[in-house]
Amino acid sequence: MLEKALAGSKGYYAWIGFLIILILIGLAAYLKQFQYGLGVTGMSRDVTWGLYISQFTFMVGVAASAVMVAIPFYLHDHKAFGPVVILGEFLAVAAVIVCVLFIFVDLGQPGRMLNLVLHPTPSSVMFWDMVVLMGYLLLNFIIGWTVLGTEKKGFPAPGWVKVLTYIAIPWAISIHTVTAFLFAGLPGRYYWLTAIMAARFLSSAFAAGPALLIIICLTLRKLTSFKTSAEAIQSLAKIVTYAMIANVFFVLLEVFTAFYSNIPGHMAALKYLFAGLDGYNNLVPFMWTAAVLAILGITLLLIPRMRRNEKVLVAALAAVFIASWLDKGIGLVLGGFVPNAFGKVTEYIPSLTEVMIIAGIYAIGFFVLTILYKVVIAVREQSPNAEH
Amino acid sequence: MNRRDFLKAIAALGVGGAAVYKGSNHLKAQAAVMKKSSEAKLAGHWAMVIDVSRFQKPDDIKQVAAACHRFHNVPKIDDPDHEIKWIWQEDFEHTFAELESQYLSEKIKKMDFPVLCNHCENPPCVRVCPTKATFKRADGIVAMDYHRCIGCRFCMAACPFGARSFNFIDPRLFIEEVNPELASRTIGVVEKCNFCVERLAKGQEPVCVKAAKGAIIFGDLDDPDSTVRKVLNENFFIRRKVELGTGPSIYYVIRGGVAGA
Ligand code: SF4
Repeated sequence: MLEKALAGSKGYYAWIGFLIILILIGLAAYLKQFQYGLGVTGMSRDVTWGLYISQFTFMVGVAASAVMVAIPFYLHDHKAFGPVVILGEFLAVAAVIVCVLFIFVDLGQPGRMLNLVLHPTPSSVMFWDMVVLMGYLLLNFIIGWTVLGTEKKGFPAPGWVKVLTYIAIPWAISIHTVTAFLFAGLPGRYYWLTAIMAARFLSSAFAAGPALLIIICLTLRKLTSFKTSAEAIQSLAKIVTYAMIANVFFVLLEVFTAFYSNIPGHMAALKYLFAGLDGYNNLVPFMWTAAVLAILGITLLLIPRMRRNEKVLVAALAAVFIASWLDKGIGLVLGGFVPNAFGKVTEYIPSLTEVMIIAGIYAIGFFVLTILYKVVIAVREQSPNAEH
Repeated sequence: MNRRDFLKAIAALGVGGAAVYKGSNHLKAQAAVMKKSSEAKLAGHWAMVIDVSRFQKPDDIKQVAAACHRFHNVPKIDDPDHEIKWIWQEDFEHTFAELESQYLSEKIKKMDFPVLCNHCENPPCVRVCPTKATFKRADGIVAMDYHRCIGCRFCMAACPFGARSFNFIDPRLFIEEVNPELASRTIGVVEKCNFCVERLAKGQEPVCVKAAKGAIIFGDLDDPDSTVRKVLNENFFIRRKVELGTGPSIYYVIRGGVAGA
């Protein structure tokens, strides 16, 4: 089926070419990092994880969000999602690949990555994260590829795929729960030390992931023969709405607990993020942008007239997506390192090399996604029962 | 004996030979351990009591740190973002942030405290390490295998004491005088104080203990007759962030009674 990715329009080739250039730039930047060490990034002794790990965290959420299409379709027989399910599954595949790459470039000794497998350590959450992510990657790839293959031949998917789709549902929840546990169990990192971390992660993922998926569907509708129904778009948009409301609600719960209890450790990171601490306030504009966009997005999505207008919808979804990204793809990881173990603040600004590597990894993600979606669309165009 | 049996016999000999060889190696290893243990310092739970008031001169702690860093081939990197430190000084307000008070005596406020890895009883750094590169030994020392570390820095996020440093840049370019007895680290791995396991194995006390001339007492907490236990019995002491449950093995004694405290 992969041969279908080879033929395409001029625009398709231009897009692929653009991605390859970004990938090459990222690769060059990575070679520099490989040679000089992580000192070329903005990370430091106090802020030991930066944008790599925060992008990883955010993208695990995007990967997990495929379940928001799978649950209504497989468990509640919501037929409108039928054509979209595979887009969700392949989005998950691309997202997990991106996650693995972010972990890889974050390692100080990437050549020893296999030690994770050679010396498996069940007490480490990272071990479990590796297990669930790899499992999830396999599940989604096998499901998507098999369904597509049988669809091409005009057969219904085999029964065992159905079993895998059921397994994939709790599995999706597990990848983001375990990722939350990477942070939530560390003594002394008060911003992360919260029982609702996994709930926050899932809610923001179920807002940002489907928001991205809708935008992708609308783009495909414009550019290709893949036409997602308005009904599917609207159902997904409602999911985004309530997930985002839950996400904002959870953040407010954190604010209450921190400030009503008045415990300095619990207040410090929130103060740093939204007001600045000891004169350090790099992230304040980002966090307030996130807050404004979140409220704006929710408001637009809640008003049916607005949500049904697809132009407004795209703006609302973009607002939700960017807000979630600012909160989780920047604030969450960086906020956890403030203040440091001695009550001091060190700020982090990513270096250009770091940003180029990040762009390269996202380009790889889009590359994989484009290839997979191209195959899907080509198969659908030829398939005997094209509407499913 | 036909050809097949002959081959079998040869194979058996080979296996037996390998077993004998392995056995002799094993014996050698055991002998080495025994030789080591005959002179090694052993304990059930190594710990340190730091008598802070005995670090009186402004450079006392710096000298101790310099001795440690020289011995362990710790690079001297001035950039605070990339610096490597095993033991260093912080003031009271930063060492014991949660005990800060505006009414603290000037004397305490100005006091410097040596800080280092606490060799915690329940070390979160060990718990999170995905490769067992950081591990806790039976004698309580939290040690590291620098050849196994993949540089994920999970331990640095988990350590609530800021005790760990990461080699962001090639450390070997910043070692002024290489101590040939010990290895140095490569780029991309985490490192920290190891309570001088190499010296303990030879029956010597840690470098900082020696350099501190009595201000740092080192010993076995499991031994009720040890000096550390005696000092703890006779003095009020504090440890860093006990509320986190990691169980630090570094105890700070601030002598001087009311006048001092
Ligand atoms: S002080 Fe930090 S590095 Fe040392 S044992 Fe405790 S948690 Fe681990």
